[in-house]
Amino acid sequence: MTRAPARLDIGELVRDPHTKIVVTCGSGGVGKTTTAAAVALMGAEAGRRTVVLTIDPARRLAQSMGLVELDNTPREVKGVADGQLFAMMLDMKRTFDDVVLEHSTPERAQQIFDNPFYQSLSSSFAGTQEYMAMEKLGQLAAANEWDLIVVDTPPSRSALDFLDAPNRLGRFLDGRMIRMLTAPARAGGRTGIKVMSAGFGIFSKVFGRILGGDLLRDVASFVSALESMFGGFRERAQHTYELLKTPGTAFVVVAVPEPDALREASYFVERLSAERMPLAGLVINRVHRTVPVAGSEPLSAARAAAAADTLATRTSKDARVAAVALRVHAETAALAEYDARMAKRFCAAHPAVPVIAVPALAADVHDVDGLREIGELLVAGAEQA
Amino acid sequence: MVAVSSPRPASAELAPGVPAEARLHIVTGKGGTGKTTVAAALALALAAGGRKVLLVEVEGRQALAQLFDVPALPYEERRLVSTARGGQLWGLAVDAEDAMIEYLDMFYNLKRSARGLKRIGAVDFVTTLAPGLRDVLLTGKVKESVTRTNPDGRLAYDAVVLDAPPTGRIRPFLNATREVANLTKFGPINRQSAGVIELLHGPLTAVHLVTLLEEMPVQETIDAAEDLTADGFRIGAVIVNRARPALLDDADLNDGYRIDLASLKAGLKAVNIPAVHAAPLADEVADYTQRQRVQAENLARLDVVAAPRVELPDLTPPVEIGELNELSAYLTVDAS
Repeated sequence: MTRAPARLDIGELVRDPHTKIVVTCGSGGVGKTTTAAAVALMGAEAGRRTVVLTIDPARRLAQSMGLVELDNTPREVKGVADGQLFAMMLDMKRTFDDVVLEHSTPERAQQIFDNPFYQSLSSSFAGTQEYMAMEKLGQLAAANEWDLIVVDTPPSRSALDFLDAPNRLGRFLDGRMIRMLTAPARAGGRTGIKVMSAGFGIFSKVFGRILGGDLLRDVASFVSALESMFGGFRERAQHTYELLKTPGTAFVVVAVPEPDALREASYFVERLSAERMPLAGLVINRVHRTVPVAGSEPLSAARAAAAADTLATRTSKDARVAAVALRVHAETAALAEYDARMAKRFCAAHPAVPVIAVPALAADVHDVDGLREIGELLVAGAEQA
Repeated sequence: MVAVSSPRPASAELAPGVPAEARLHIVTGKGGTGKTTVAAALALALAAGGRKVLLVEVEGRQALAQLFDVPALPYEERRLVSTARGGQLWGLAVDAEDAMIEYLDMFYNLKRSARGLKRIGAVDFVTTLAPGLRDVLLTGKVKESVTRTNPDGRLAYDAVVLDAPPTGRIRPFLNATREVANLTKFGPINRQSAGVIELLHGPLTAVHLVTLLEEMPVQETIDAAEDLTADGFRIGAVIVNRARPALLDDADLNDGYRIDLASLKAGLKAVNIPAVHAAPLADEVADYTQRQRVQAENLARLDVVAAPRVELPDLTPPVEIGELNELSAYLTVDAS
């Protein structure tokens, strides 16, 4: 393994024919989706047939990419300069339905769809979204029709959910409790008695009492229907998980210069390294900056504020104008100083991780031109970081 | 089960949209909008009126411990801060598994079996299979803390502030009890859920929406307000967090929304700042005014939400324990 470079050139990364998959991850509200779309656009405009899988894009960004509904269909994005970019929004429930349909008879599938637990599992199970994002990624990768696949991870409490949830679902559907519940059905009760522990006896007693006996029976019939058709849900999740460890994958961790987001980024970076997953680097969005001054350091926040205070005692128009500008600068400089400190702290803790700082834009990005601008900032940010 | 005593009189008046009679304040918002900070500031504002307030987190992040700079909170109410007028702020990090064990113990006297169930993964199993059940346990615990009374019949807490899941998950979270009640038509969970539904939808609860003046958070706030109202929840306040202050007005700018460079240079000279700084400062002002315009546009978009609005300033550096009091003052009337 080569050492991580100190610099991350996203342009180079997406142009490299060896890069097949880019995954953006990070905690909620840090601009993952926009970063993913900008990275995908860069890949497409570098001449690679690219698809970006988004989970929950802002309405206007989605519209600008031609995405009007969740339909699991890659749609070509208009306005891309020499290249092909497709975008799709994950329809979690439909992806799950497709998996079920693909692996069972229509009657059996219908039986599963009708079960109330399927409704809850397919639409609200904590982790289904992550699992289905992985499932979709697996399908896209297997289709062999894309040079580059960019995946935006679901908005979740923790960036780690994306890595953990699929395994959790796999473990769950393949797990001990499921085996206990389905054992009698599978082996006519004989194996069932063997695996049934004292704990399980309590389980059925307690939950039978609380949830009602019907419910537990519903659960048992549901999981046995699922189990018989999947024959190892876990392997499926595991397969995509392994795909993420291959060198053709690059993880781009996204954060903003705030303690919570950077803490999540740190967890994620550590985790990727522990799992030997290929980390490309960290993108810090919304970094405040002062405008550079030719041949001089910018004024510090403190000096600008002090000068503004002095000017506030005077009444001339010049003094007023300068005081206003200095207050604006003091505010900007204070934000910039804080952001720089945050970024430095991360770098000190993770010296091998390349960092890109993307300045805070005045307005949200709504169109392909805006995404291209973000792409330029991503490239420029590597030079400065 | 219904508690009878009324909240202790509070002298500091609360900001519009923060009903003094509400005993449960649910704080939600898009991820990254600072809802935990706002929930804490709101809890402090309530406590500052002399109330005993419980601040509850349910996402297992230990965000309260970080914010208040105390060791990780166990599944146990801990005193965080004492405030003026005898107010107290307590904190609780609710964990679904522990809530289930407590629940089993409370209703069935099954603490030991419950521990065994946890060991074999049954609690995890059940909460995984019916994710709503997790939310039912969490909201059930919240309801318990809202309605709990001391032996003297007084309420254990005058108000409970819930740092709730983000707007993207708030509806399933708040509606979980109703959903699970549909799954389990009979039995104790069904019976207990009626009380939770009644509390959440009743006059003692207000849902506050935290937003930044940015496009996506504003859109989510508008959508959430509409959806939650349709679901029958009462929206309390829309809390605009981190509004950057208006440092200048249009009179300071020329027709091109730029600051007058000659004036700026002259003004800077008076405080011994070299003229080379003038152009960069003017660019920063231009950028700032553009941000202010975007901010104003987003503020105007919030007008479709009928709830009162409270604005909290952007504090630099970001909020830690010391700044919470400053923010909490904005949630009372005297300050705004």
